[in-house]
Amino acid sequence: MGALFLLALAALAVRQFAANGQLAAARWEPYATWPMWRYLLGGLWSTVLAALVSAALAMAAGLALALGRLSRRPWVRRPSAAYVEVVRTIPALLLVYVVLFALPRYGLDLPLFWKLVAPLTVSNASLFAEVFRAGILSIERGQGEAGLAVGLTHGQTMRLIVLPQAARRVLPSIVSQSVGLLKDTSLGFVVSYAELLYSGKVLAAYNGLLIQTYIVVALVYLVVNASLSKLARTLEARQPRRRPSRA
Amino acid sequence: MSALLDHLPEFWQGLIVTLQLTAASFAGAAVMGLVVTALRVSPVPVLRGIGTAYVETLQNLPLLVLLVLAVFGLPEIGIKAGLLVTAIVVIALYEGAYIAEALRSGVNAVSAGQGEAARALGLTFGQSLRHVILPQALRTVVQPIGNIFIALTMNTSLAAAIGVVDLTATANRVNLLEAQPIPIFVGAGLAYALIAACAGFVTGRLERRLAVIR
Repeated sequence: MGALFLLALAALAVRQFAANGQLAAARWEPYATWPMWRYLLGGLWSTVLAALVSAALAMAAGLALALGRLSRRPWVRRPSAAYVEVVRTIPALLLVYVVLFALPRYGLDLPLFWKLVAPLTVSNASLFAEVFRAGILSIERGQGEAGLAVGLTHGQTMRLIVLPQAARRVLPSIVSQSVGLLKDTSLGFVVSYAELLYSGKVLAAYNGLLIQTYIVVALVYLVVNASLSKLARTLEARQPRRRPSRA
Repeated sequence: MSALLDHLPEFWQGLIVTLQLTAASFAGAAVMGLVVTALRVSPVPVLRGIGTAYVETLQNLPLLVLLVLAVFGLPEIGIKAGLLVTAIVVIALYEGAYIAEALRSGVNAVSAGQGEAARALGLTFGQSLRHVILPQALRTVVQPIGNIFIALTMNTSLAAAIGVVDLTATANRVNLLEAQPIPIFVGAGLAYALIAACAGFVTGRLERRLAVIR
C-alpha cells in the first residue's frame, strides 16, 4: 500500500511538471551540451577547492583543540572546551554574516574565497575537535601508560603512540564529517563566491531554466557526496574489529 | 548595546520565527523519521529500498540546495506555498533523514529476540513495531535525537538565506541599519547557544529518566 502511495505521489509530481511544460525536451537539452557542463564543473572545482582548504585548516585547528581539551593544564583545557561547546551551537550562516558585514567595519575585508572559507573553518573546527577527541579517548589507557612507562614524555607518548592509532580509527568519521563540510560550502550562495550552487544561480539567471539548473546542481552534489559517504562506509568496514576490553 | 535594546521587538519577532521554524520542522522531521524507519525495517524489500534511498539522497544534498530548489522551483511547476511553510517542510524532510538514521541505530540496538517474540505472539509488523520495538528503541536514542535537534536549530538559520526573516536575518538587517556588529551578532549567537543549551538540558533529563540500563 505504501508503495502504491509513493507511486501515486511520483505520478502526481510528473504530471505537475508536465502540466507546466517543465518536461519539454528543449528545457533539458542545454544540459546535454558541453559549455553548460564546463561552467558547472568550474563551479564544482571551486566547491572542492573551498572544501579542501577549509577541511585542512579545520582539521589542524580541531586537532589542536582536541589536544587542548585533553590537556592537564586547566588554562589550556577550559578555553578549548569553551570554544568547542560555544561554536558548536552557532549557525554557520551567522558566522558568514559576521565575516561579510561585521569584519569590514573593523577594517578586515577578506578576499571572496576567504569570506567563505574562514567561517566554515571556524565552525567546522569545533566538529573536527570532537571527532579527534573521541578518537584519542577510544585508545586503550594501557597504550598511553605503556608509553610513559618506557620513559617517553607526555608529548612523545601522544605523538608516537596514541595519535597514530587514533588517526586510523577516526578516518571514517573524518570522511563523513567532510561530507558535511562540502555541503556547507553551498553557503557560497550567500557570499557570492562562485562555487557550484552560486554558479547554478548565475546560470539560471542567464538561461532562465530555473528548475532544470538547480536539479542538475543537486544531482552533482548528490554524486560527489554519495561517493564520499560510500568511501566512509568502506573505510569503516575495513576497520579491524575492536577487541572487547577485558576487566 | 543600545542597538540591541532599541531593536528588541524585531529581535523578539525573529526569535519567535526561529522557534516556530525549529518546533514545526522538528515535529515534521520526527514523523518523517518514524515513517522512513518503519520503511527501512519492513519485511518488504521494495519499501526497504525506498527508505534507504530517501536517507541516502537527503543526507548527501546540502540543505541550502533543497531550500533554493523548493522556494524558486515549486512556483514554476504551479505549487504556491508561503515562504515559511516551504522552509518548514523542506527542513522537516531533510532532518527526517537524520532522525531516521538515528532511529534505525536504536532499532538495531533492540535485540532481535524482542521482535521475534512479538511476531511469535501473533502481533502484526506494525503492532510489534509500535508496542515492542519502538518504545525500547526510542529510549536508546534520546541523546542522538537531542544532537539532531540542536543541528536542526542551527540549520533553520539557512531559511534566512532564502528570505525568511528569522533570528539570523533580523541580526543581519539590524546590523545594516545600526552598524554595530559586535553586540548584535553576539546577541544573536547567544540566543542560538541558549536554545541549544535548553535542548541539551532537556535531553540530559530525559535520558536519565528513560535510559534502560542493560
